[in-house]
Amino acid sequence: MSDLKKIKNELLLKLKSKLNLSEVNQMKSDLFGKNGLVSSQFKKIGTIAETERKKFASELNIIKDELQDLINLKIKEIENEEIREKLQKEKIDITLPERPFVRGKIHPVSQTIDEISSIFSEIGFSVEEGPDVESEYNNFTALNTPENHPARDMHDTFYLDEKKERLLRTHTSPVQIRTMLKDKPPFKIIAPGRTYRSDSDQTHAPMFHQVEGLHIDKDINMGHLKGCLNYFIKEFFELDKIKMRFRPSHFPFTEPSAEVDIGYEMKDGEIVIGEGDQWLEILGCGMVHPNVLRNVKVDPIKFQGYAFGMGIDRLAMLKYGINDLRAFFDCDYRWLNHFGFDPLDVPTNYRGLSR
Amino acid sequence: MKITFDWLKDHLKTNLKEKNLLEQLTNVGLEVEGVQNLSSDKELFTVAKIIKTIKHPNADRLKVCDVDVGEKEFKKVVCGAANAVEGLITVYAPPGSIIPKTKTKLVVAKIRGVTSYGMLCSESELNLSDESDGIIELSSGYKKIIGKSYFSKSKSNLIDLSITPNRPDCLGIRGIARDLAASGFGKLIDFKKKKIKSNNRHSLKVKIKKEKNQGCSIFGSCLITDVKNTESPQWLKDKLISIGQKPISAIVDITNYVMFDLNRPLHAYDADKIEKGIIVRNSKSGEKFTALDNKDYKLEDGMCVISDHKGVLGLGGIIGGTRSGTELDTKNILLESAYFKPGSIRTTAKKLNLDTDAKFRFERGIDPLSIEDGLNKAAILIKEICGGKISKIDVKKIETHKTKKIKFDINLVEKVAGFKISTKEIFKILENLGFKFKKKKFFFELTVPSWRPDITQEIDIVEELVRISGYDKISIIDPIKKRKKSTLNKSQKLFHFLQRSIASKGYLEAITWSFTDSNYNNYFRDTKKEIKIVNPISTELDVLRNSIFSNLIIYMNKNLDRGFKDLSIYEIGPTFTGSRPGEQNTVVCGLSSGKKSRLSWIEKERNVDVFDVKKDVVQTLIEAGYKSEEFFIDNKTPNYYHPGKSGRLFLKKNENLVAAYFGEIHPNIIKKIDMKTESLVGFEIFLDNLKLSVKTLNDQKNKFNVSDYQKSERDFAFIINKDVNAQDLINAIASVDKNLISNIKVFDVYEGDNIPESQKSIAISVTIQSIEKTLNDNELESITKLIIETVENKTGAKIRS
Repeated sequence: MSDLKKIKNELLLKLKSKLNLSEVNQMKSDLFGKNGLVSSQFKKIGTIAETERKKFASELNIIKDELQDLINLKIKEIENEEIREKLQKEKIDITLPERPFVRGKIHPVSQTIDEISSIFSEIGFSVEEGPDVESEYNNFTALNTPENHPARDMHDTFYLDEKKERLLRTHTSPVQIRTMLKDKPPFKIIAPGRTYRSDSDQTHAPMFHQVEGLHIDKDINMGHLKGCLNYFIKEFFELDKIKMRFRPSHFPFTEPSAEVDIGYEMKDGEIVIGEGDQWLEILGCGMVHPNVLRNVKVDPIKFQGYAFGMGIDRLAMLKYGINDLRAFFDCDYRWLNHFGFDPLDVPTNYRGLSR
Repeated sequence: MKITFDWLKDHLKTNLKEKNLLEQLTNVGLEVEGVQNLSSDKELFTVAKIIKTIKHPNADRLKVCDVDVGEKEFKKVVCGAANAVEGLITVYAPPGSIIPKTKTKLVVAKIRGVTSYGMLCSESELNLSDESDGIIELSSGYKKIIGKSYFSKSKSNLIDLSITPNRPDCLGIRGIARDLAASGFGKLIDFKKKKIKSNNRHSLKVKIKKEKNQGCSIFGSCLITDVKNTESPQWLKDKLISIGQKPISAIVDITNYVMFDLNRPLHAYDADKIEKGIIVRNSKSGEKFTALDNKDYKLEDGMCVISDHKGVLGLGGIIGGTRSGTELDTKNILLESAYFKPGSIRTTAKKLNLDTDAKFRFERGIDPLSIEDGLNKAAILIKEICGGKISKIDVKKIETHKTKKIKFDINLVEKVAGFKISTKEIFKILENLGFKFKKKKFFFELTVPSWRPDITQEIDIVEELVRISGYDKISIIDPIKKRKKSTLNKSQKLFHFLQRSIASKGYLEAITWSFTDSNYNNYFRDTKKEIKIVNPISTELDVLRNSIFSNLIIYMNKNLDRGFKDLSIYEIGPTFTGSRPGEQNTVVCGLSSGKKSRLSWIEKERNVDVFDVKKDVVQTLIEAGYKSEEFFIDNKTPNYYHPGKSGRLFLKKNENLVAAYFGEIHPNIIKKIDMKTESLVGFEIFLDNLKLSVKTLNDQKNKFNVSDYQKSERDFAFIINKDVNAQDLINAIASVDKNLISNIKVFDVYEGDNIPESQKSIAISVTIQSIEKTLNDNELESITKLIIETVENKTGAKIRS
């Protein structure tokens, strides 16, 4: 057995020195090759006395396994070291920039429209649309604003013909008319879209966005209107507490009519929506005028309900702290990039409106 | 409409404070737009007299004035007004006062080396009017109060109300007081109706011509003879000044006062300047007159004019004329109180672009029963102040006023408002608003007060009741979270999908006007009709856009000017094909400029090209659920694309609606608009041309069926004529065996050495795989042969050996 121990000790000694793979392989064949040191010990087994043989064989096997393990381990070690060295040489400056990418953005108005749609979707409104070019009838007359009505003064209208029969819609309300003419009640719709008025200054743009709401059914009253808008305002501004005030106003197409104010205060020169003691007007609404219902062949004795209209751009400005309305349509790369939203930020009910 | 609490108190008895008043005004629908503190700020502005003026030593246009401000010593004030002459009585602002117009605080200051102690004011500086030409000229009557405040001593603030167009009655202080009283804010003071007691003959003949569309239905008047027109007494001046009006003369001031107080516009003529009599008639085209605003107006047919036998005196209910205007030396006056029809007033005023206080009131509807009240109140005041004799009142009418009656079911209030108002309360409110009512069997019959032209039906009554009771009584009914119909329809879902899909490819979403500059529009109009806006806000926005490119390119250019080079922007929105409703399309339009990977240490930079936008279009359509195998692309594109580097895409071969165009923008356009960029490419996807499947996307998918049998790739190189498209080769290969050919890829295109000049080489890799078995060599060999044969036969290509 001493031979074996010797072999083992020698091997252990050799393995301690720095070796390369071929040297280790050489050692391996020196031990386990056809005439290797270990192999030749096995050949001895037959010559050993029967009483000793079993013990010898078993010890030999143990040593053999041990030696093999040691060598394999060494091989692994060397291989790992080689890979490590190779990879070490491949090291790069990881602080160099990544490959170029470009990022697109969604315009804040589009984002706001999606937010509004998401909120009203939750309470059963569906989205309707109408054309940007409207007839004078749909834009005014059908909405109980006959010719020569002073309320028309408030709408500086772009006309497309000299007879003033075709125009760019001054509000989204004609979608009410189209929707009610097309279908039968009940109606529960919102209609976001582009609207146009021919004035242009710091706070007015010749084109802006409105969203119209219409809910007509058998017993919809002003309490439902208040409830709907109260819900919307809290959801939109993502605030639990927000003061809201209804005050009487006048629109030809609703009666009674109201304007809605929300509470705010100024903090460090910025508007903070919520519970401040200042009031900010954000929308107009009211119960749809019976004349309007008659104009679209809906019986005002059987059906009633509310309508509202609000400025989307203004809502976006308030929510996202944008000061200048004109910038919405100026297409300045820096502005779009700053105020725009990632296309993956889709406002939904379950993940919330915003991050 | 401007009011003061003090003036309101002429009509309203109340103990409440101004703060409550402001709230209550808003609560009843008379929105407070602003409150100006007149008293404390303006008390400092005093009546003053210029004693002496000398030319400023260092400035030709300036004068140094010695001003008597009621103190021992005169103040030295530097003034530039041409009318600052010795003896003028005007308004002086001392250092420390705040000029209402500019909100700046005056300080003692050196003006060109001369110290000025305060300032002499123009009307515009005091927000009295727009008159900024020269300083205020006060009449000699003010001599008595030099040194005293020019503004009334009332502590009442000026309250600016925004009166909605349905409420002409609230264009008079009394109407506002009535609303407030009805809402419980005090009590309306009874109107002491003094009546003219006179037996004097009204010697001026008045006639309303019965013509078609006669704009005047009632013309009341009285003559006041032997008056001495003078300055108004202080109380009247104070009243008018308190609401921002400038006193002129007693007669004018009195008519204005009655108008603001009772919403009863009046007009005073110099009776001696009226030729024979008054004729109210329609104007004839070409008639002219000079109005009190000192402008000449040329009239069209059918405008309601007040005339005499010589010609037009004034436009009824809008503006008087200079020929018959009253002046300080006027002796005899004709006082008019009439009813003009709103429509007629509005049409005339719009045509002539005239806006006056009277017009504003008449076009909204004046109380037709206020004719005599107005005459009585004004005539008696004139007599008190200017003396004279009043004639009997003469009222000419061609129509009689019909009292409106409305059937009213009180249950409607709760049905609409959602809350109950007690019957007792209902009638208290209505009575306070001036309604009369009679109980009938199932309803009440209400008589509408004559000053409420806006009230014509039951719902108007409901509004009055809810408004006066207070909108805060409406309770909140929380919405039910239930959806009966999907929020978006298929096309709206597609809109949203495309919008975000394009953005995800690196494009910034822009929103630009639906109108554009016709010059730019013409570049992208192609064969479409130009749609002009009749009244554009500027010549640069004079047409509706036929394509979104016009605006995108304008803004792209602005961004390039800002120093950005590599930009991708897009817009999704309408383009127009005609001026009728519905003649519009929804288009996604994108534009990319410059280079990809500019100044990258790792990627090779290159210009953006047609295949970048082709990728964006194709990828977007595939993502939206359309099958790329079915796409058909050719090179017929509108004239604003590069004719050789652009394409159009159909969702299917024999489709006739174009799904998208893409390509380089025509170099001529880039040159014309002087755009500096290495490359400009764009695309348009036409939403309305994309077929919407009735099936859901999930139902459109084939069964999940994949083959695990071995696949083989075979490469082919064909030589073909240059005018043959790669797509033709691909189609030919695909037609060989749809079950075995699973993928076809063009991996090289080569023109040049070793290839005839008119030809090119296209290398294609084809994946062959069966879903039934592993193909053996023979089978592979035969399909390879078949591919070569088919391509050669169908396209004239030759396999490259």
